[in-house]
Amino acid sequence: MLGLNKADTRLYVIILIMLIFAPFILNPFPDGSSLAQFNAGYPDMMQKLVIFGIFAVGFNILFGLTGYLSFGHAAFLGVGSYAGVWMMKLLTMNVIPALILSVLAAGALSLIIGFVSLRRSGIYFSILTLAFAQMCYSLAYSVLTPITGGETGLQLSLDDPRVIGTSQTASGNIPVPHFFGIEMGQGITIDVGAWSFVFNFGYYFAATVFALAMFLAIRLFRSPFGLMLRAVKSNQSRMSYTGLSSRPYALAAFVISGMYAGLAGGLMVAMDPLAGAERMLWTASGEVVLMTILGGAGTLIGPVLGAGVIVYLESIISTINEAVLHGWFSGLPAWLDSVFVTIIKPFVGEGWHLLLGAVFMLVVIFLPGGIVEGGQRLGRLFRRDGARGRKNGAPKNGAPKNGTDSAEQPGE
Amino acid sequence: MGILEVTGVNKKFGGLQALGDVNLDVAEGSCHAIIGPNGAGKSTLLNCLVGKLMPDSGSVTFQGKNLLGLKPHEINQLGISRVFQTPEIFGDLSVMENMLIPCFARRDGSFRLHAFETVAREKSLNDEAEQMLAEVNMLEKRNMQASSLSRGDKRRLEMAMCLVQKPKLLLLDEPTAGMARADTNNTIELLKDIKDRLHITMAIIEHDMHVVFSLADRITVLAQGTPLVEDVPERIKGHPKVREAYLGEAQV
Amino acid sequence: MESIILQILNGLDKGSAYALIALGLTLIFGTLGVVNFAHGALFMLGAFVAVTVKNLLNLSFETIDETRLDFLNRPLRVQTPYVEHWFGPEIGATIIDWSVPLALIVAVPVMALIGVAMERGLIRHFYKRPHADQILVTFGLAIVLQEIIKANFGANPIPTPAPEIFIGSFDFGVWLGFDPYAIMYPYWRLVYFGFAAVVVGAVFAFLQFTTFGMVVRAGMADRETVGLLGIDIDKRFVIVFALASIVAGFAGVMYTPILSPNYHMGMDFLVLSFVVVVVGGMGSLAGAVASGFLLGILQSFASMTQVIELIPGINQVVIYLVAVIVLLTRPRGLLGRKGVMEE
Repeated sequence: MLGLNKADTRLYVIILIMLIFAPFILNPFPDGSSLAQFNAGYPDMMQKLVIFGIFAVGFNILFGLTGYLSFGHAAFLGVGSYAGVWMMKLLTMNVIPALILSVLAAGALSLIIGFVSLRRSGIYFSILTLAFAQMCYSLAYSVLTPITGGETGLQLSLDDPRVIGTSQTASGNIPVPHFFGIEMGQGITIDVGAWSFVFNFGYYFAATVFALAMFLAIRLFRSPFGLMLRAVKSNQSRMSYTGLSSRPYALAAFVISGMYAGLAGGLMVAMDPLAGAERMLWTASGEVVLMTILGGAGTLIGPVLGAGVIVYLESIISTINEAVLHGWFSGLPAWLDSVFVTIIKPFVGEGWHLLLGAVFMLVVIFLPGGIVEGGQRLGRLFRRDGARGRKNGAPKNGAPKNGTDSAEQPGE
Repeated sequence: MGILEVTGVNKKFGGLQALGDVNLDVAEGSCHAIIGPNGAGKSTLLNCLVGKLMPDSGSVTFQGKNLLGLKPHEINQLGISRVFQTPEIFGDLSVMENMLIPCFARRDGSFRLHAFETVAREKSLNDEAEQMLAEVNMLEKRNMQASSLSRGDKRRLEMAMCLVQKPKLLLLDEPTAGMARADTNNTIELLKDIKDRLHITMAIIEHDMHVVFSLADRITVLAQGTPLVEDVPERIKGHPKVREAYLGEAQV
Repeated sequence: MESIILQILNGLDKGSAYALIALGLTLIFGTLGVVNFAHGALFMLGAFVAVTVKNLLNLSFETIDETRLDFLNRPLRVQTPYVEHWFGPEIGATIIDWSVPLALIVAVPVMALIGVAMERGLIRHFYKRPHADQILVTFGLAIVLQEIIKANFGANPIPTPAPEIFIGSFDFGVWLGFDPYAIMYPYWRLVYFGFAAVVVGAVFAFLQFTTFGMVVRAGMADRETVGLLGIDIDKRFVIVFALASIVAGFAGVMYTPILSPNYHMGMDFLVLSFVVVVVGGMGSLAGAVASGFLLGILQSFASMTQVIELIPGINQVVIYLVAVIVLLTRPRGLLGRKGVMEE
């Protein structure tokens, strides 16, 4: 389908189905039940899931394929957000021009930062990108305040000189973002028994963009260009003696992934038109690195899984407080209850970042290949057991090392 | 006029004269061997040819074009491929992918944003890569990860990667070092075949005299960075200066 | 002229902190080959050692003084710190007053222990892993450490004053023959600079004049060969790591009167310290120290109002700009050696 091989088509169709039915899939618990707090099928969360999915998929094009570890990708997300808000302030509340400018602005910035940073590799590259992102962050907070809104952030106001459309609605409100007239906030709610499922236009718009971004990423992975990017990671010296110039390849990957970040930033403001400098902070860069690693760098689906897990956990866990914990363990003896609560409490609510850091370390230490590798290990384990049962002997040639879904199917 | 001409090349590392006034003239279609004791400057010379090192003085021309100051990938695009002493391959990738990269490099040049093509659909390049793999007897290993190959297979893979580019000049840095006798003979046969069939010019550095005398049309003996003699193999064997400087130790 | 001297002085204290952190970073990198993103966290932990020492010294017990009344006419509750009770009010008050310098003594074992635990427990397993993994795992550790501090000490900066005799400023202007009050420089910053100079000197002397230091320096020059010589590098790695932790911790302890400690100060300084290391040249100890001071001073120059009026925002970016220019023109940094970290 559309130039994808069989396995990729299957993967892509599964992704599409998940996207379409997400409001059902993510809402398994009936409203009002004690488990309803674990539902993720509300618009805010679903939008966040696909937006960070785009961010992580783009980051993976750089880090997963070329191995260049950027610690500054949040800068591109932030610039995309600012550009999007400005387009809405000045031109139109239609999100399409905003998204286009977001992508272009992030692309331009990543071209400059990438050009300089890619003159060095390894640790130097990481430090350079980190320094550049911090530079963008401090500039956004200080000199660039007229453009970025400084500490308060950039938002729409009632007197924006919008060229197409009005500054205010008839009722005197700030207009809302729309896609050729369809407002992002629009949607329908279907009640089925105790469940209520929300179908939000904003989510489906973002999901469509995600599907497109994912499709391009799959094509890129399977293209000669993608092969060259993996060559960059593997052996740059052999590359140059094979007549290939590795730097433009790395730069192209850097700019492409920067544009993905810009797209994610633009989508954020399309859903909620405000942008703040904190989106550019190094912790935000670290978060996308974590998403990619957690899911599995260099694999197609890994970063999406990683983004999903992190976004979901973040919003669920940061709402848990001591009272909720006591509620969980109320059936236990009081002393056991307090033991559990004491152990878990530092990691929930305010302590979300502590959990994040701990997960980060555990993944790097024990599962460098991320969730995808973990799944494959499990799969192999089961298959081996099955084979042993039938043939009474383990298969000789296991799957190749790093046998990720991304790469090892050259001939298909 | 040779395809590759090296004139008066000098290279110093600190106080050490690694290359002193080296002249080399490789005739088109021939196999030119460069031999000499360890530290004679053979690898340094090769590094000057492929853009890894910049000589202090002298000139290197390939088909009349100046090579000095060009980057390694530019030199390769002119038609010079190099096999390294320790195999340089893409260890993370499969054998087939290793083969496809030079194919694309040859077709698309040093950079192209071919992000919307599909590797698997480049039928002719895939065929070419497989054919070359078959020639080095590695077709059945096409899906293995390159880093898991044996050392000998890595060498053969690297050679195949160079050959699939159809270079005009192939530089070989001890292509049989560490190989078993049978593998060495296979390699000799392969190189002979390439030379006869594809008319690829070769410059080879080699310690194994069996390989050198099987392949070379001309031999340059390098000692302490300076060419001692250059002649056809028959006369090199008996040359007293060479015996003294080199062959004496090698027991031919 | 006065303002130039003032800016140089102002740059010294920040530069000292950069230099101390960068010194440890490059020491770890040069000997162990590990990029430690958690090094800023060690600086931060040092600062919180000072906070903890201050809090401990201020631990008090409560007595009720019947002879005096509080504003609600109840008997006055008097808080007496234990140290004042034990050593008498005067000595006790002095001890509390000197809590920051005293924290240095506590910092030695505490930071050494943290360093050893970090090296043995975590970093050791990453010597052979790719740099990206080292960066990632130490980055995760940095988050964990700073979140632990945040959970225990809160998110707000905690004022930690210097001993009273160092409060106030030294009038450099008079000393140098300018008008009075032209160049005022806080005493504590002077102390900090002097302290940093002593620590840097001590580390260099240690590396220069002890056998251990010689091996470490040899290891930085050529790790493989030293390994081949049959020297037990493993044990030395632990000591180097502990040493670097202590240096970073010292920098943190003494910095508390200049900047009230907060949980994210480590990351703030880390990014800049990395830039310092890169500018100085990866693996060059002298380069790290020199570029630490250089960048600290440059930054304070860029903060002058005249300069900001000329180039808005320059104070925010000058360090990064310098780093970019240095990396583009001298990729190895100012004093970097060939072959370090060149993949």
